[in-house]
Amino acid sequence: MTTPGAVRYFEARARTYRHTWRGTVISSFANPIMFLAAMGLGLGTLVDDGSAGAVAGISYLSFLAPGLLAATMMQSATSDSAWPVMAYIKWLKTYDAVLATPMNVRDIVAGHLSFIAARMTFIAMVFTFIAVAFGAYDLPRGLLAVLPAVLTGLTFGAVVMAYTTRLENDIGLSNLFRFGIVPMFLFSGVFFPISQLPDWLEPVAFITPLWHGVQLTRAAALGIPTRIPAFVSVAYLVILTVVGAILAARWLQRRLVS
Amino acid sequence: MNDMPANDSMVEARSLTKRFGEFVAVDAVDFTVARGEAFGFLGPNGAGKSSTMKMIGAVSPVTSGELRVFGRDPAADGATIRARLGVVPQENNLDTELPVEENLYIYGRYFDLPRPVIQERIKELIEFAQLSDRAGAKVDSLSGGMQRRLTIARSLINEPDMILLDEPTTGLDPQARHLLWDRLYRLKQQGVTLIITTHYMDEAEQLCDRLVVMDQGRIVAEGSPRDLIAKYSPREVVELRFPVGEQEQALAQLDGLAQRVEELPDRVLLYTDDGDHTAVEVHARGLLPESIVVRRSTLEDVFLRLTGRTLVE
Repeated sequence: MTTPGAVRYFEARARTYRHTWRGTVISSFANPIMFLAAMGLGLGTLVDDGSAGAVAGISYLSFLAPGLLAATMMQSATSDSAWPVMAYIKWLKTYDAVLATPMNVRDIVAGHLSFIAARMTFIAMVFTFIAVAFGAYDLPRGLLAVLPAVLTGLTFGAVVMAYTTRLENDIGLSNLFRFGIVPMFLFSGVFFPISQLPDWLEPVAFITPLWHGVQLTRAAALGIPTRIPAFVSVAYLVILTVVGAILAARWLQRRLVS
Repeated sequence: MNDMPANDSMVEARSLTKRFGEFVAVDAVDFTVARGEAFGFLGPNGAGKSSTMKMIGAVSPVTSGELRVFGRDPAADGATIRARLGVVPQENNLDTELPVEENLYIYGRYFDLPRPVIQERIKELIEFAQLSDRAGAKVDSLSGGMQRRLTIARSLINEPDMILLDEPTTGLDPQARHLLWDRLYRLKQQGVTLIITTHYMDEAEQLCDRLVVMDQGRIVAEGSPRDLIAKYSPREVVELRFPVGEQEQALAQLDGLAQRVEELPDRVLLYTDDGDHTAVEVHARGLLPESIVVRRSTLEDVFLRLTGRTLVE
């Protein structure tokens, strides 16, 4: 007996996922791979042959793949902490059902984030095998890159969960994607180094969690140095994750146990 | 069960109060629920019934006053209390992404029950909920009554000592309600303590051994359904319906016919100990109502007497 509450919540989410995973195949698996094929293989040929030559002496496919992996983690984890959390708070009231048992909000938050970590690991593995098959990088380095990629996902999962607990409706979620996730996807060093950005925009890219995730994942996958020390980026993501989780638990408690 | 208080009460509330900002949802109520009892909170929407239930369920902190559930303080021992409770909320919050059986399974896991124990109970509970042929069905495909029975079955997965039912049959058709009442009656016979909120007087009469009438956060009366009716309402009621526009005029001629006269927008109620006799007298005065019905007094009449309003508006 006495399995930790977070583990039991994780178990419930995993069980639910067995019934809902089909709905995630396109966004979590197919789309990233289509991006990798179109941009990495298609556009990449032009970039590599163009006047600029390969970015930083690396083929565009190799440059793109780790960045795309980190961005996929951001998007998938953000989705997991957006509409489903909103539904469990407000539309389906699943959290109320959970909290009527001996479970508490910390169990919910820890279990939710553990499940995100597991799902992100699975998505990242699938992506890595395909990137390796495309010739973006080799397998051992690719597997190493899964770690910072999953950390990136976890950061977004925690911060977005905290954000969602404060919303009254899902307009805030659409805005999160419109004004947060999509700009980060485009301008945080996934498709081109942020040194290419206008001078005033570069510091903005610098504070986005995605840029730190991208630089860590890219460094791990390609064996190249990071622009700022890796431990700074790791610490930044870990701190954001912890703060996000603590706030998510606090705000969920305030909202549901009132 | 060695942590039970000596008087064997399941819930004890003294001056129990719940405030949301300036709004007082529950205003210093006192009540006690004994083991094995079916205890009701009867009152209209917004009377403070659900707020009281949430405090008993240890999911809503007490603002002031004292509350003991199984002899424990919900603020300190919430998880221990919840482990022994079954909760049927006002709105079904079943996991719509999971089939019937798995809803029960994951709920059992939330109580940290071992898998074989849960599997054993699922069989019994699905039978109890009369859902045997729908065990693998998606929750969305179940009717309202079936979903309600599943929610009740789910609340039994931990074999609770007490079940909190918040408006158990609201929104169900009469047949589904009777089926549900039958299930609840069985639980009661098994000795499970039930706490029920309802704004249906027939539900309160059917299920509750004892109840409190709540209005605007306060308890206005307490007793068994029969005692409350005897105390607050003459035995019978004559309901008169007059053609549109004639009620006002007729009212003046009803003086002295009954112990009490209540005027509602669509009818007049005459409270009397002998309904048939009063009905004859109405005719004797030359009054010609469109319809005249003699019935027994109910909790609805008690509520009307105590608050001047009807339960369901």
